[in-house]
Amino acid sequence: MGVSVRVIPCLDVAAGKVVKGINFQGLREVGDPVQLARAYYEQGADEVTFLDVTATVDARETMYDVVRAAAEQVFIPLTVGGGVRSTEDVARLLGSGADKIGVNSAAIARPALIGEIADRFGAQVIVLSLDVKRSETTPSGFVVTTHGGRTETRLDALDWAREAIERGAGELLVNSIDADGTKQGFDLELIRAMRDLSTVPVIASGGAGALEHFAPAIEAGADAVLAASVFHSGELTVGDVKAALRSEGVLTR
Amino acid sequence: MTRPSVVVLDYGSGNVHSAAKAIEAAGADVVLSADRAAVMEADGLLVPGVGAFAAVMDSLQAVRGAELIERRLAGGRPVLGICVGMQVMFERGVERGVETEGLGEWPGTVAALDAPVLPHIGWNTVDAPEGSVLFEGLRDERFYFVHSYAATDWTMPESSSIRAPKVTWSEHGQPFIAAVENGPLAATQFHPEKSGLPGIRLLSNWVRSL
Repeated sequence: MGVSVRVIPCLDVAAGKVVKGINFQGLREVGDPVQLARAYYEQGADEVTFLDVTATVDARETMYDVVRAAAEQVFIPLTVGGGVRSTEDVARLLGSGADKIGVNSAAIARPALIGEIADRFGAQVIVLSLDVKRSETTPSGFVVTTHGGRTETRLDALDWAREAIERGAGELLVNSIDADGTKQGFDLELIRAMRDLSTVPVIASGGAGALEHFAPAIEAGADAVLAASVFHSGELTVGDVKAALRSEGVLTR
Repeated sequence: MTRPSVVVLDYGSGNVHSAAKAIEAAGADVVLSADRAAVMEADGLLVPGVGAFAAVMDSLQAVRGAELIERRLAGGRPVLGICVGMQVMFERGVERGVETEGLGEWPGTVAALDAPVLPHIGWNTVDAPEGSVLFEGLRDERFYFVHSYAATDWTMPESSSIRAPKVTWSEHGQPFIAAVENGPLAATQFHPEKSGLPGIRLLSNWVRSL
């Protein structure tokens, strides 16, 4: 009994194509997002996340089409993030078939956006996405970054997570910029710190490179694990990850 | 064999697009509509719902949803509620201190779950009673939940004159009602349209019963 741990492939999408960079730089095309989402659904993914990494006006229009096409054949929850700036953006993405919406830099620029989305659509719709870096500039040692980690804000990542939950975020997607692209494993200290403060589910992201990386993230307190390139490259399947989790006594679907 | 017809109630709440596609995959012909004639004539009516209880009730009122649902049920015509579309079938919902009157098809209150982590997001197990039509062949499957509020008590008095309702339970922090099958009215707290193959099969079980 009890809710099982979710394994979530993340598809970074630019102009209708899935891309995944190393540390978010040097984007490399790896495929069609709808086909990939469907393949992950068939592998047993518990959820799929689309991240619009360009989020220009033109790319946004393409994203609505991608979400719509995916929602017609992928019967698991779809989270869409990247460039979401207003409740109108949220309404359109939900109308296209998204179930949850990732908000990131727009909420940093204007935190009230979180409450506006929660009031209109419910807290369960909002995934607050944090790109976190280790830094000596904040009390906790973790700082919130923007622009894929290139720009440091002055926000302490733990304070920002607390504030976002208070304002109505229903879930935290915690991405370690330090670990992202390294394939050396998740930042377990960061996950632990987020678990300690969070009353909402925590999704761990950044650093997954091998089967043995996933169970420690769950032990550290994550409710879900998210990865991109290890899945896209075919190195690991969702089924492999779930089997590895089960062998460590973690509940999976 | 002709496919049963299902209207997905289009009242501006929730992810109607996925619900419609899932019902189609489950073997029904689907129309998105809030048109009175279409709603009354369909073999089945699906009532989706996400967001706040009060907001869902307001949106339902805007299309005279309460009356449409009442009329169908009075005639023994099947209705399936999903998520908040299930919650509004109870007498009332209490969210953040605000109490809102529901449709009152079932006694009881929908309130916040008592759990350390909320919302309850993810795939959970269910405990379905013997004779459940919805869960036929699906007892060991997990279904996708995303909610903070639920009904935690089933208080409908037993009656010998009607077929006893089938109540399915799940647990997150405390036991709560995951599904109810009560004559023509059925509902699930989880999202069958987002629960992969088991979800589609549950919807097929419903569609076949129409």
